[in-house]
Amino acid sequence: MREGPPILAARRLGRGLLNAAAGLSLAFILTPLVFVSWLAFFRQEVPSFPPEGYTLRWFANILGERAFVSGFLLSLEVGVAATALGLALGVPASLCLARFRFPGREAINTLLLLPLVVPGVVLGTSIYLSHIELEIDTGWSLTGSLAGLVIGHVLLVIPWSVRLVTASFVGLDQALEEAAQNLGANPWITFWRVTLPAIRPGIVAAGLFGFVASFGNLEMSLFLVGPGRTTLPIAILQYLEWKIDPTIAAVSVIQILFIAAALVMTDRYVKLARVV
Amino acid sequence: MARLELEGLSKHYGAVVAVEEVTLDVADGEFLVLLGPSGCGKTTTLRMIAGFVQPTAGSIRLGERAVTHLPPWKRSAGLVFQSYALFPHLTVEENVAFGLEMRKLPRADIAARVAEALKLVRLERFGARLPRQLSGGQQQRVALARAIAIRPDVLLLDEPLSNLDAKLRVEVRVEIRKLQKSLGLTTVMVTHDQEEALTMADRLAVMSEGSVRQVGTQRDLYERPADRFVAGFVGRSTFLAGRVEAGGRFRTTCGLLLRCADGFSAGAEGVLALRPERMALSASPLQNADNSLPGTVEFVSYLGALLDLHVRLSPDDLVIVQMPNRADGAAVPGIGDRVHVGWAAGDGRVFLDEGPVVAETAGPRYNDGKHGKGRLP
Repeated sequence: MREGPPILAARRLGRGLLNAAAGLSLAFILTPLVFVSWLAFFRQEVPSFPPEGYTLRWFANILGERAFVSGFLLSLEVGVAATALGLALGVPASLCLARFRFPGREAINTLLLLPLVVPGVVLGTSIYLSHIELEIDTGWSLTGSLAGLVIGHVLLVIPWSVRLVTASFVGLDQALEEAAQNLGANPWITFWRVTLPAIRPGIVAAGLFGFVASFGNLEMSLFLVGPGRTTLPIAILQYLEWKIDPTIAAVSVIQILFIAAALVMTDRYVKLARVV
Repeated sequence: MARLELEGLSKHYGAVVAVEEVTLDVADGEFLVLLGPSGCGKTTTLRMIAGFVQPTAGSIRLGERAVTHLPPWKRSAGLVFQSYALFPHLTVEENVAFGLEMRKLPRADIAARVAEALKLVRLERFGARLPRQLSGGQQQRVALARAIAIRPDVLLLDEPLSNLDAKLRVEVRVEIRKLQKSLGLTTVMVTHDQEEALTMADRLAVMSEGSVRQVGTQRDLYERPADRFVAGFVGRSTFLAGRVEAGGRFRTTCGLLLRCADGFSAGAEGVLALRPERMALSASPLQNADNSLPGTVEFVSYLGALLDLHVRLSPDDLVIVQMPNRADGAAVPGIGDRVHVGWAAGDGRVFLDEGPVVAETAGPRYNDGKHGKGRLP
């Protein structure tokens, strides 16, 4: 092959560039995390370089701040509830989108993915306004309530569940369902005993990503929380308005560890690389 | 086990005809193979029997029941899928037990029948494994065990060997055949593999373009193919185009005059089909043969035990002659050698262009006379 060496060289160059780009992106993502984690252990109150020494007192400090503890618990509560509701809505929707051809299918698919694209502030404002309208019309007090907050967060979970679960349905070998029916299972039993277990990795991944999206959400939550009801990201923001000591960094480290642990645990259960 | 009857079964997708008027009668305990090239409608026919495809017309009877309009889960047709379709999240035992649980059998009976089915396919020790921990051949046997565990009225096999490597395939087809015989399972298998079909079947139905061309035993199909398609698909044939002349003669388009079976109207156009293994080859004219023609060796395929020689008899007429590969390799003609090819008149089968009018119809149980134009191989 006369053209062998140049092609080989080009391929090697291409791979080198790809690796460089990947490394750069990874560094771009990881650098802030590394610095935040480092900062959390600095002794001095006003962050500056180089560190004057190391301490764990900022972590102890967190427990003293009631807003962080209650914020963490509220974020957890909202995240779990929103994820459960989002999956309950998203899985059947995905089934329809993956299995049936009907007019408006593409439009519905896009609509369900829209909350990923719409800015959180816009989302928050519009939900807030519609809650007020609803409250005027019906007398239900949704604004600032836990229910209102959860309803908003369901919107964050739906796009993830629709995307990941639809992918699982599409990748599912339909012969499996036929095999179940051939062995005497009606469509209902087939769904519960064969289809659902087969797409479980997609559902788990969808739940995880939906939960992370809800847990870390700030912009939308700002419009939906009420007095004395603050999520963790909002608690962090409020703390930052008064102080910039490394307590915030310590909270962030805990948040990072919490989400990382969730990812690792999920990955042991279903290989995330296979669904995402 | 039960008898399976298909009556005028058709499936149309809009204007596209997938299956047209298939009528078959599979006896209790019989192994019938649907043989044909891809897209001939054999898999659609199988899926109609299983209930996954609703026929446009016709009926299916399984044993004493008309099952045409029953959903798949109310039929008793055990299907082995081409991809095996084992439930990935269930163990081998749970896979085999699935159909028995659906039948709401007592727990003890299920355990006994699972063990029995796994024993039949020699996988007793693999019950606790997951499908992905098994080899392809083992997965195939689990699929088979799962299908026979429910003691179906009919066992359906959809290209069950196509995902196995060549050596294993030969072993497994013997194994399936033995199992089918010992259990007396009424079986319908779909395949495009001629050798597989010939070795496993009691009877074969050759399909093409949605229709059954011929039904019969291996010998029926090989010795008395109903039309040009079957002659080319079951065994091999080379075809010489031309027209029939009076007195059992056939004149090729290049003017060769050949003796063939009598019984066709003179002047009709068609082809003369010749089996490579019925051709004799000699350096000098063959005195005892009905036909003996000189030709030039154009190509030699070395197939190990056999040799294929492509011999050109005229500018348009080429025949393949198969000869055994004997020790005296020097006797094999080379490319460009002049040789003589001979065959008996009865070995040349004429297929007319309009319909498969065969001289001696050997009475295959099914002979659809409407479809004349077969695809040439």
